[in-house]
Order: sequence, then structure tokens, then C-alpha cells
Amino acid sequence: MRNKYSVFSLIKNAISYHENWQRAWKDPAPKKEYDAVIVGGGGHGLATAYYLAKKHNIYNIAVVEKGWIGGGNTGRNTTIIRSNYLWDASAGLYDHALKIWEGLSQELNYNVMFSQRGVMNLAHNLQDVRDLKRRTHANRLNGIDAVYLSAEEVKKFCPIINTSPDIRYPVLGGTLQRRAGTARHDAVAWGYARGADAMGVDIIQNCEVKGIKRNGDSVEGIETTKGFIKTKKVGVVAAGHSSVIANMAGLRLPLESKPLQALVSEPVKPIIDTVVMSNAVHAYVSQSDKGELVIGAGTDDYVSYTQKGSHQIVEGTLNAILELYPIFSRMRMLRQWGGIVDICPDASPILSKTSIKGLYFNCGWGTGGFKATPGSGDLFAHTIANDEPHKLNAAFNLNRFVSGDLVDEHGAAAVAH
Amino acid sequence: MFLINCPYCGERDQQEFKAGGEAHIERPKQPTELSDDEWAEYLFMRKNIKGVQFERWNHAHGCRKWFNMVRDTSNDEIKAIYKMGEKPPTQ
Repeated sequence: MRNKYSVFSLIKNAISYHENWQRAWKDPAPKKEYDAVIVGGGGHGLATAYYLAKKHNIYNIAVVEKGWIGGGNTGRNTTIIRSNYLWDASAGLYDHALKIWEGLSQELNYNVMFSQRGVMNLAHNLQDVRDLKRRTHANRLNGIDAVYLSAEEVKKFCPIINTSPDIRYPVLGGTLQRRAGTARHDAVAWGYARGADAMGVDIIQNCEVKGIKRNGDSVEGIETTKGFIKTKKVGVVAAGHSSVIANMAGLRLPLESKPLQALVSEPVKPIIDTVVMSNAVHAYVSQSDKGELVIGAGTDDYVSYTQKGSHQIVEGTLNAILELYPIFSRMRMLRQWGGIVDICPDASPILSKTSIKGLYFNCGWGTGGFKATPGSGDLFAHTIANDEPHKLNAAFNLNRFVSGDLVDEHGAAAVAH
Repeated sequence: MFLINCPYCGERDQQEFKAGGEAHIERPKQPTELSDDEWAEYLFMRKNIKGVQFERWNHAHGCRKWFNMVRDTSNDEIKAIYKMGEKPPTQ
């Protein structure tokens, strides 16, 4: 039985010098057979396992992870959460996730530090202004909170932004989604892992998938570094490595994996109490609870699995940051890193069945998957349990690349990649 | 970030170049006779290999010529560079 986290458990454990906290999840060896196996122990994969158990009463599940849970893109993103996407299908998908975020800490009994500090998107040219106004209207028709701000209102909401008309790409306006914000990325993975483990899910770390065994057109199990695991249902949530897993099953995906970089500064006192994103000059910044500026850079244009990126990408982002925020000119950057993001041609994800029975893919989140973690897990669990997509992820099927019914969200991807 | 030996200009910084994606995807000879599945395969489906991959690159801020590259995507090591129209090296 899992102990409940509360102020009383905190006091009790403080008295015993925090030496007696219960393990948050077990470290089991894989069983011979599971009802379903999730490949990938990031936020999306763990959330999938959690909702399979919680909503669909499938408890005999393994999550296999080649490294440690939350050590991939879950631990490498800039933790921004928003749902101001243009098209109806995306609005449904991302706002579903945002609604779950709003009650997630209570549901998981784990503080995911969800902070609705607002996300502002800036316009730097007349086309940006038109696009952002259109997106604001589209959002409001879909019941998503969005307001358009003039340059003066932008300045009022975030006073450190340089709104002078003299800069190379002056701020002409912006949009604001107040319900948007940030969350603590590790806590999301750990909270879902703890919740799934409590319902009987086996979380198996350091277990890399080496092959997918098929019998004709259906899945029979997976080969891993810890042996063969028999299962009829495999849900792949492997982000940048989705194509690698797909190749094992003889499938082709419309993905390219590219390095995406982020960086953080030294910690300073609170200076920016919201998230500001700028597509045109490619700069986005927020401040973590520790006080570091969290800055997202862009992707490189070549395929790479190195978890590194090119220096000029970071340089370009910092140039833009400095022009928009002259106050940061003497800040020092502490760390920089890369994650491998799987990008779809239409910048929308794939949550889909495949031509192989029992094999499901949740991938293509590209540069913006973190925000969708709870919704993605919920909808992917529905797809696996019922062998049919939920109506909210029906549009995000693999067949859209054949039918041409793409969900083009390049404009709402917040920064151009 | 790495150095690329452009077959026309010699060794230059990677930021002078633009990656052009997977190489040797042949344009359909009879586009009007293609099924939707075949179009999807040609337009969207990619190998996206972790390991040795054949790619097209363009020296965008140099001679602006296209060429092919064999590169290991797991460590960004360039294995070979050859001009457009030349036969890819066998591994």
C-alpha cells in the first residue's frame, strides 16, 4: 500500500531525518508475459500506463525504458504548457491535456508544481499580427482562453521586454493565454510512475528494446536486453527514437529526428513571472522556481541522434533574447543541452494504430510534447485499450499522410523549427 | 556542429550548409499513375536512421551546389562525400 504524501507525512519523516521515506516505485525484473507493454518510460509512456490501469482496468502492464525514467526529453524540455493551437483537432487535443494538468497534483498526490503564470506569444511584423489575431479568434471559438495584446499591453504585462520601435524586429503586439504556464518536468514522470506502480504496473529501467516479434500481421512480443517479453499489445512512446523502433517492426514513419537545444542561466531573483515566446526572432524564455532563466533554442536542420546541437543555433537565440531583453546582457549561462525530437511534416503528433495488429505509436510530438503529457497518456491508453482512437485523437492517425488530411500546426508551434 | 568538406570548395564550417534530408529518393516517373499510398511513401515516409545514413546537403552560403553525404547520425561522423549523379559508395 502506498503511503499518502501530506504535510503530516512530511513532519513525520522530518523527525526521522528523512531516512524512512517509502520507495516511490519498485524495481522489478520483467515477467514472462504482460497484457500490454509500453516502450519508453518518459512522461507520455508512464502516463499511458497510469491511465490504462486507472481508466481501463488493465493492470498487467510493463513500461520498459532503455535508460532511467524521465531521463530523455521529459528531463530536457523547457516545461511550457499551453493549448493555444490553431486548428480544431489540435485545440481539442492540447486543451484536453491542459484541463488534466489543472487537477493533476491532487489526482496523483504528487506536486507537479503546475503554475498557470500565462504564456505570451509576440508579434514582430504585420503577418505575425494577422496570424496571432486569427489564432486568438480560433482559440476563443474553441473555448480556449486567449486575448490579443497591443504593444503597450505587452509592456505592461512583462515590463522587461524592450518594446522600442527602434529594434530590428519591434514588438507590435502579442497574445496571452492566462491558463497556460509551466510545470516541474521530473515531477510529472515521477508522479505518474508512482501512481502506475501503485496500481501494479511494472516499471523496468535499463531495459532496451532490441526487436519486435511479429506473427504475420500481429504482435507477439518484444526482444529486450532483459530477455523476451510476450505481449499482444505494444504501445511505442519513444520520441526521437520512434523510427528506430518502427524499423524493427518493418514500419515506416513520416518522422525526422533532430537535435533541439535548451539552456539555463545562473539563478537570479524573480524577474520574469510569465512565459514569453517569440516565433519570428526565435526566442522564448521563462524563469524556473530556482531562479534560472530557462531558454529554448531551435532545432538543427539535419537528422542526428547525438543529443548535442550546433553552437550557432544557441548563438542566434541568445542574440534575439538580448535584443528583446537588454536587462539580461550580463547574465551568464550555466548549462546547455540537446534532446532528440521527432518531427512530423505537419508539426502535429501521431497517436495511432498501425497496419500491424497490437502495435500502436505515440510519436511526432516534435518540439512541443511536454505540454500534452497527461492528455497524450489518457488518449493513447484509450486507443490501446479499445483498439480504436478516442474522438480527440482520431485526427492524429498515421493515415493522414496518405489521405492528405494533415493538421498543419507549423504556425502554432510557437517558434519556427 | 562539424566541418564539411564541400566537393567544390573544400573544408568549411557546417553552418554554411543546409541539410536537404534523405538522399536517393527517386521522383516518381509516372506521377499520374501513383496511388495515394505511393505518394505518401514518396512525400512523407523517411528512413530516419540511427547510424549510417545517405543525405543531400547544399552549400547554401558558399558555392550553392548540392552534393551527397554519408554520415553516421549517432555521432555526426562524416563517412563520405560525393557529387550529385555519382554512385553512392558501398559500405
